[in-house]
Parts: sequence; structure tokens; C-alpha cells
Amino acid sequence: MDFKGSDTLPGPRTEDHLPHTAQAAVKIVIVGGFGVGKTTMVGSVSEIKPLTTEETMTQAGIGIDDNYGSESKTATTVAMDFGRISITDQLVLYLFGTPGQERFWFLWNGLFEGALGAVVLVDTRRLEVSFDVMGRLEERGVPFVVAVNSFPDAPRYPISELRAALDLPEEVPIVECDARRRASSRDVLMTLMRFLHSLAVMGSAR
Amino acid sequence: MTPPRRQRRYPQQEPLPPAPGKRGEEKNPERLYVVAGADEDGSRAALDLVTLIVARAEPPPSATPEQAALLRLCTSPLSVAELSAYLNLPFSAVTVLITELLTAELVQARAPIVRQAVPDRSLLEAVMHGLQRL
Ligand SMILES: Nc1nc2c(ncn2[C@@H]2O[C@H](COP(=O)(O)OP(=O)(O)O)[C@@H](O)[C@H]2O)c(=O)[nH]1
Ligand SMILES: [Mg+2]
Repeated sequence: MDFKGSDTLPGPRTEDHLPHTAQAAVKIVIVGGFGVGKTTMVGSVSEIKPLTTEETMTQAGIGIDDNYGSESKTATTVAMDFGRISITDQLVLYLFGTPGQERFWFLWNGLFEGALGAVVLVDTRRLEVSFDVMGRLEERGVPFVVAVNSFPDAPRYPISELRAALDLPEEVPIVECDARRRASSRDVLMTLMRFLHSLAVMGSAR
Repeated sequence: MTPPRRQRRYPQQEPLPPAPGKRGEEKNPERLYVVAGADEDGSRAALDLVTLIVARAEPPPSATPEQAALLRLCTSPLSVAELSAYLNLPFSAVTVLITELLTAELVQARAPIVRQAVPDRSLLEAVMHGLQRL
């Protein structure tokens, strides 16, 4: 990248600037298989045009015995779409949607660990593509809700049947949505927040 | 028609220890991957994707072009993720830049609020109110 031209570097539009009072941010992660509607959902609720950040993972530690010092490394780039919602003058919410190789997301330190929770988007034509990511969230103790993106030609199952297929406990919300619609995507996020709130109430009652 | 079935998993108390067995026979390929240039001691872990960065000063003449570009971007608060997107640099490259600027006291970092064992209910309520206005 040519930083000499930095006067013309892209940056936030005037209306995309956060107020100076912005003190802290929280994040929610939107996960699911390829083509399930993650980018669409981020875009439908974000106040800024969705942006992309990426991270490079290098394959390290391989061939220590037989290839010592040769430093041959394989790089893999993981890209994330994200959007932003200003909650108050002090608080900002970021939404991250992750395309690509799911097994790499979890090496991105702090991505899931710090998140308030996650939305798992599923497509009933390919339910199984979301199985692995759900298991990984469970292993890490990241609370999540499931949103079924209703594609027109997708099979429709009763929620109870989906719950059984996904082996989810009764309290984990499963909702239908249309990721293209702001109100619908907003409702999914509200469902997640209500679920997190109920967990917080239970946690502090203990 | 019945959907495919999955089996629930459970929280792992501790990260799994490295699998016993010979090196180079690693079964799980992802263990071989690390964030490029990550410090052994994890000292960069302090910067999150949603840490807000604010410039404290104009770019000094000593600033590198990259540092100057970053300083010009965050005259008002901007997340590390946004800086990475606008600068078209990977997350870890941006954290290196920010760490230099923090050391030089040219930027301020505002840490994110992360999930806790017992989440802060008033925080969750604030987020719900914000979403309701959307
Ligand atoms: N019918 C329908 N189409 C959708 C919905 N959400 C996304 N799509 C479409 O599905 C395609 C893939 O969506 P995208 O957001 O790129 O998926 P991603 O790979 O998960 O980020 C796009 O063509 C979207 O327009 C939805 O809720 N309903
Ligand atoms: Mg996408």
C-alpha cells in the first residue's frame, strides 16, 4: 500500500464518525456456513456501510524435526465483515460476520472470548454446515441463539423438530428471520440480548 | 423428511493439552496455525478488534507514513477493526502500529466491555434499548 497518498486514503465519512464521548464497545458475532446470510444480516442493521478486516494465520511448528530452520510457512487469510450500531453516546455495538474457513476463526484470539454472544445463522437446506461452529461455541461457553434464515426453496421444519435435530436445550432460542430485512435482523439481535439477560438473571440468583 | 442431526457439546474447563504423540503426526491441523507475528507472551492480547482508538496529537514529523495515516483516521474514536479496514492492513499489523503509538503517547485506547462470568445486566439493558430504537 502506498502511504505517500495518505491524504486520499479512504476513511470514515463525516456522518460515520463516532462522538468523542464514545467510551467503550461491545461485540456480537454472527456465524454460519457459506451463503447463509451473514453479510446480509450485518449490512441490514449496520449504521455504516459494512467493512472488512482480516487476519493472517501462518502455519508454524510444522516440520521442526525434518526441516529445521527452513522457515517454510503457509499463510491463510481469514476475513471478517463487520458493521456498527451506536447504542448511546458512550456505548457502541459491533457485529462481526465471518465467511470462510470456520476452523480458523477460533484461533483469532479474543474474537469469540470477548463477545457478548453469537447468532448462529442456519439454512435448512444445509443444516449440517453449522454443526461444527455450534459445538465450538458450546465448548468455549459462548452463549448463542439460532436464527433460521428462510430461503424460499428451503424445507420448513417445526421449531421442535429443529431443536431436536440441533440437540439444543429448551432455553436456547430458535427464531426464523429474513436477514435482508432490518426489522427482522434487529429482532434476532433482540432475541440474543433477552437470552443473555435471562442468563445474567439466573447467574446472579445463584 | 427429517433434518440431519447433531450432538451437543459442553464447555471445556481448560484448553486441551497438546496431544501426546510425535511431532509432525499432528492430527488436528488448526493447532499448527498461529496468528502471524503473535508474541509468545501474548502481550498484544490487550488490543481487541473493538478497542476504540483516539488520537491525542497531530502526527509529529517523526511519524512513519503508516503512523501518520492512522493518527489522521482516529481524530474521533475508531475501533481497531475499522482502522484495519480503512488502512487495508491485517489486524495484527494494525495492533503493532497502535502499540508503537501508545508507547509514544500519541493515541489513547479505550478498552471494550467483554463478556463476564456474571454479565452486567445494566449493560445488556442498555444494548436492548439501543436496538429497540433501530
Ligand atoms: N431469500 C432470502 N435470501 C437471503 C436471505 N439472506 C441472504 N439472502 C441471500 O443469500 C445470498 C448469500 O447471502 P450472504 O449474506 O452473502 O451470505 P454469507 O456468505 O453468509 O455472508 C445473497 O444473495 C443474499 O441476498 C434471506 O433471509 N432470505
Ligand atoms: Mg459473507
